[in-house]
Amino acid sequence: MASGKEIKGKIGSIKNTQKITSAMEMVAASKMKKAQDRMASGRPYAQNMLKVIGNMASGSLEYRHPYLEERPVKNVGYIVVSTDRGLCGGLNTNEFKLVTRQIKKEQEQGVNVHFAALGSKACAFFGRFGGNVMAAESGMGDKPSAQDVIGLVSVMLQAYEEAKIDKIYLVFNKFVNTMTQEPVINQLLPLPKSETEERKHSWDYIYEGDPKLILERVMARYIESQVYQGVVENVASEQAARMVAMKAATDNAGNLIDDLQLVYNKARQAAITQEISEIVGGAAAV
Amino acid sequence: MAMTVHLDVVSAETEIFSGLVETVQVTGSEGELGIYPGHAPLITGLQPGMVRVVKQHGEEELIYVAGGILEVQPHTVTVLADTALRAEDLDEAAAEEAKRHAEETISQGGADFDYAEAAIELAEAIAQLRLIQKLRK
Repeated sequence: MASGKEIKGKIGSIKNTQKITSAMEMVAASKMKKAQDRMASGRPYAQNMLKVIGNMASGSLEYRHPYLEERPVKNVGYIVVSTDRGLCGGLNTNEFKLVTRQIKKEQEQGVNVHFAALGSKACAFFGRFGGNVMAAESGMGDKPSAQDVIGLVSVMLQAYEEAKIDKIYLVFNKFVNTMTQEPVINQLLPLPKSETEERKHSWDYIYEGDPKLILERVMARYIESQVYQGVVENVASEQAARMVAMKAATDNAGNLIDDLQLVYNKARQAAITQEISEIVGGAAAV
Repeated sequence: MAMTVHLDVVSAETEIFSGLVETVQVTGSEGELGIYPGHAPLITGLQPGMVRVVKQHGEEELIYVAGGILEVQPHTVTVLADTALRAEDLDEAAAEEAKRHAEETISQGGADFDYAEAAIELAEAIAQLRLIQKLRK
């Protein structure tokens, strides 16, 4: 059995770790609140945007924007949003697993895969994974701005317009609630058709102004808002996952300390018992 | 009861209005538009200006938008605004100041002067002031 002093040292070091994890838990909890507010305030815009775009895709418009055309799929692009830092449970791992599973299916059908990585974990993972990483951006921090995303998005859009990519997906962790974050893969381009309304006859908008200009304006806004919303939601997920992971770590450290304390007490008692029996033995011998 | 149409007014930051309305009046890129229920599909850009909403029981609400997009479907109307504010939240002093500042930059000019940007600023400020005055009446 380990000596009392060794166990005491071990308990001390676990206590230090526990202090760190509980501090991280509290920091994550306060950051999560802010990230959640930011996410909630941006959601209506993204949802309404999606509705408008869905209508556009289902209509037969005067000007067919390339973003609305379905092409035979030979090259697929994934914009993967991840965290910059670790220690947030299985958040990134689950997300990457989902992506790799889908990629495997696509590669079996002879489709080439390209990536754009947002966040240093995705940069590192897809760098190792192989495949073509077209753009990477990391270090966006806890308050990502739309500006951070635009550069990366425009690289992908350009590739789409040049027909180097025929389909673009956006992957991020959807914030369901504090306990659950769910990785999702959303199709960004070509635009998914509106499912809510089934209209048999063809229709077109009345345009005030040049249709091409208006549509282009809407498309650009749509893509930016979707990716930005994904990033914001991922930040909220990250903080929530970190909070939960750190709470579990703090609890585990507590359990370890309790167990070690028990071992320490036993070792101390054994040492005392031994000492007494030695003294008694010595006294009997005299 | 009057016919109604569902209206959503959202900006990138927040949701301003969502509910049933009898009519909506907005400033499109080509001029003023009045939308009633059952309007044909329409899409247009928006100029800085106000959105006048008549809610289900005749109550009026004024909203300021600084540009954006209007989409009309027979049963829903969506305003995707760049910035939107309820008229009561507008700050007259700030709008005056912005107008004065924009006019100043336009009159002075300068090497790195961007006319288009200053003109947009001025248009926004004037639209806000007009809305405030209307609200007073």
